[in-house]
Amino acid sequence: MNEYTYPILFGVTIGVLTRLYLLKTDYRQYPTYLHGKIIHIALGFIAAGLGTIAVPAIMEKEFAAITFLALAASQFRDVRNMERNTLNELDQYELVPRGKTYIEGIAIVFEGRNYLVIFASFLSTFAYLVWNIWLGLVAAVASFIVARNLMSGSRLGDIVEVEYVKPHFKGAGLYVDNIYIMNIGLEARREEILRYGMGFILKPKNFNARSTIANLGQRQAILHDISTALGVYRDSGTPALVPLAKRDLDDGRVGIFILPQEKDVEKAKAIIRNVPTLENAIRMPTKSETNQTGKVLK
Amino acid sequence: MTVEKMILAVITTSPHKVAGGVTFICENDEELQRTAANLEAILDGIAHALSDDLLIIVKH
Repeated sequence: MNEYTYPILFGVTIGVLTRLYLLKTDYRQYPTYLHGKIIHIALGFIAAGLGTIAVPAIMEKEFAAITFLALAASQFRDVRNMERNTLNELDQYELVPRGKTYIEGIAIVFEGRNYLVIFASFLSTFAYLVWNIWLGLVAAVASFIVARNLMSGSRLGDIVEVEYVKPHFKGAGLYVDNIYIMNIGLEARREEILRYGMGFILKPKNFNARSTIANLGQRQAILHDISTALGVYRDSGTPALVPLAKRDLDDGRVGIFILPQEKDVEKAKAIIRNVPTLENAIRMPTKSETNQTGKVLK
Repeated sequence: MTVEKMILAVITTSPHKVAGGVTFICENDEELQRTAANLEAILDGIAHALSDDLLIIVKH
């Protein structure tokens, strides 16, 4: 026991608690129960340790110890690779795949959360050592709040309006509103699709949203999330029964066609509004310098 | 190997409209639908209708 024991224990505890707080298994079923979680808690513990140890190291003028943080950075980049590889492998066996953009988003989040843990541990240990445990707790709470705000991205509901439209056929062509989805040749399939299918129109609220929902990865994420939450009426070897999202080239609206097991319009709308806007899909054409002047893009 | 984005089979009741490819000529509409449904399942493809009497199977 020395003067650093309690601050270190405190910092590590805060770090692990931050990781636990940021780690929730929801409808996405990722991380998977128990084993997937243990990996992340263990890595969170290591991150917390690194963040905490940095403070006493500086105080003891052991500046070389800081280089350990560089080691941590490469360690957690591996976390991102691990997540990406795992999810890519699993994606091949999904009835409605997540898509690479969604996977990359999840992988980035896992890497980012470990840095937030380092940050939380560092700050709270620092406050404890410089002042006292109470200010350490204040620093911990503050970093909790910062972590939460940094980690909750925007939702699709913020950038689009969702409207239910019953899908219909014009000849063999399947349409959601006026958006062409696909050509279905068999009459039996058409009946099935009309019985089980649901259509939604996503109307972008502004010009930026129009580009964001045009992203194929974002569209696949929407289809995956609805299919996870409401079930999906399809099996392998039935490519005609596939949820699709197509775009209206004129005004950038996106038509979503899904085949849920549970046909509930309000729930489906709520799910679509709750789909995360993937940070890799977000586009901001209005922020481009040429678009700052002249005609306003709408 | 999977053959994708190609016409895997043509099913029709009007043979004069088709030349080449794997063509299944059917007597009537019922047979056309039945054959296409079978081929769709066997080939893991989608039956697309080009017109009422002409269906193709494509794997995407």
